[in-house]
Amino acid sequence: MPNLKKTSSGIKGLDELTGGGLPSGRPTLICGGPGCGKTLLATTFLVKGALNDNEPGVFISFDERIVDLGANVSSLGFDLPELEKRGLIAMDHVFLDRQSIEEAGDYDLEGLFVRIAHAVKKVDARRVVLDSIDSLFAGIPNIAIVRSELTRLFGWFKERGLTVIITAERGDNGMTRNGVEEYVSDCVIVLDHRVIEQSSTRRLRVVKYRGSTHGTNEYPFLIDHDGITVLPVTSLGLAQIASTERVSSGVASLDAMLEGKGYFKGSSILLGGGAGTGKTSISAHFAEAACRRGERCAFFSFEESPSQLSRNMGSIGIDLQTWADKGLLRFHAARPSLQGLEPHLALILKEIQDFRPDVAVVDPLSALMSIGSLHQTQGMLLRLIDHLKSVGVTALFTSLQNHDADSGIAISSIMDSWIMVENRRAGNDLVRRLHVIKSRGMAHSAEMRRMLITKSGVQLIGIPADETGREGA
Amino acid sequence: MIHPVAPDVPEEHWNLRLYVAGQTDKSIRAIRNLNRICTEHLNGNYTIEVIDLMERPQLAEGDQILAIPTLVRRLPEPIKRIIGDLSNEERVLVGLDIRPLTRA
Repeated sequence: MPNLKKTSSGIKGLDELTGGGLPSGRPTLICGGPGCGKTLLATTFLVKGALNDNEPGVFISFDERIVDLGANVSSLGFDLPELEKRGLIAMDHVFLDRQSIEEAGDYDLEGLFVRIAHAVKKVDARRVVLDSIDSLFAGIPNIAIVRSELTRLFGWFKERGLTVIITAERGDNGMTRNGVEEYVSDCVIVLDHRVIEQSSTRRLRVVKYRGSTHGTNEYPFLIDHDGITVLPVTSLGLAQIASTERVSSGVASLDAMLEGKGYFKGSSILLGGGAGTGKTSISAHFAEAACRRGERCAFFSFEESPSQLSRNMGSIGIDLQTWADKGLLRFHAARPSLQGLEPHLALILKEIQDFRPDVAVVDPLSALMSIGSLHQTQGMLLRLIDHLKSVGVTALFTSLQNHDADSGIAISSIMDSWIMVENRRAGNDLVRRLHVIKSRGMAHSAEMRRMLITKSGVQLIGIPADETGREGA
Repeated sequence: MIHPVAPDVPEEHWNLRLYVAGQTDKSIRAIRNLNRICTEHLNGNYTIEVIDLMERPQLAEGDQILAIPTLVRRLPEPIKRIIGDLSNEERVLVGLDIRPLTRA
């Protein structure tokens, strides 16, 4: 079977998960509830097609007036009136007011065909958007006519080789309210906007793609000033190339426990421990060391603000601010509860895409776990870690956990290295201890070390012999 | 003889526009039906403009034409739209707001 020809959707992540984009010369159905981003997706498809692929487009709006549409997408940096002026996009608002229409005999929807044909001819269009088709069902009294004319319309599109997006409202029974999926059998994409525990998450799923393989998962997507970003982070099936390069942990005495060389480049490291065990300090060392090497570091902080972090780390001799000023270190601070798990993931991935860091710190990972279900969290983590590996980012995740035991979700098993820090009582003092539980691919030290946090940072030293017998329970 | 009953505005002028797309059966029927209804009910006080969208597609947008044939009553105001081949005379009269018929 010859490969199906595909047309870029204008959205990188969507093109990735469909193996190249939407089916060329065929209609694609985008369905979803109100406010889930259907119109924005469709507009992106047209605008990017016109600007990047030399494929002018036609926007037939059944809902919004053209001026409103233009205003709504201008926040994404799309200038529809300008594109219209340049002859790259033609727009027509088809307004249907059922109240003012009287039916008196047999009719068809040739007027719609005439209008679409006229617009297509005007810009020599290769792409068409119909947004949304439900208004057609609502505006024309005779549903049987609408149905037969839709069939004819899709045939008309195919004859002309137009790549089309039709949007439709999600229905309670079936995929769409008016069963539009019956007419569009080539490609169906469902958008979803859910609010779970006050956190909103947008998701996209390719339900059907005739003649093509596609990712079948639900993928999170974002709508921000850059437009739509879909994050097709799939499990790569463990096909990543393992690097033999090493990356310093930023703490010489910790490197010493890791064959004197530190972590593997592109590996993922879990740093677990109770409250106040110095996880963030170790992370800051890691970040600073990367910047010192001239590498870039993305620091995702879910508990402390950047200024708080800089101040606190400054007190132990780690100067983060300098590197932030130089642009090598970028902070991303957000409250975990601000949004759902997947938007967080999406933001992390987007930052990694945009900033292209060499190393990343997520502090703490456990903050994110608190907002999703177990299953969700694990799936998300797998995807995140796989993605980081595939782009060669060495990532350090801290996690609030009190015991060596895993925190319920098997995150340690998907990490390459696992380091634990704990507070123990030694006599009247509370001392910190660190040990490397595992570090794949290297002969790491199995010893437990005492961890000191000094004015010049974290230091690991051997445990005094007299201390071993006096451990508190 | 059938009289339109519009006593308060006795000499109203009816400006009607019929949109068709090519010489299809529906179009031909619509034109024939419209002519007959107007002759019978509007007392010669009307103008009919037939617009073929195949020839002037740019006009479809302005009058929001979707269904073919569509009859637009431009005058008297307000604007009204009737879709179909106008074979249902009663509905045409209702749509055009030609009020209660009195048959002599």
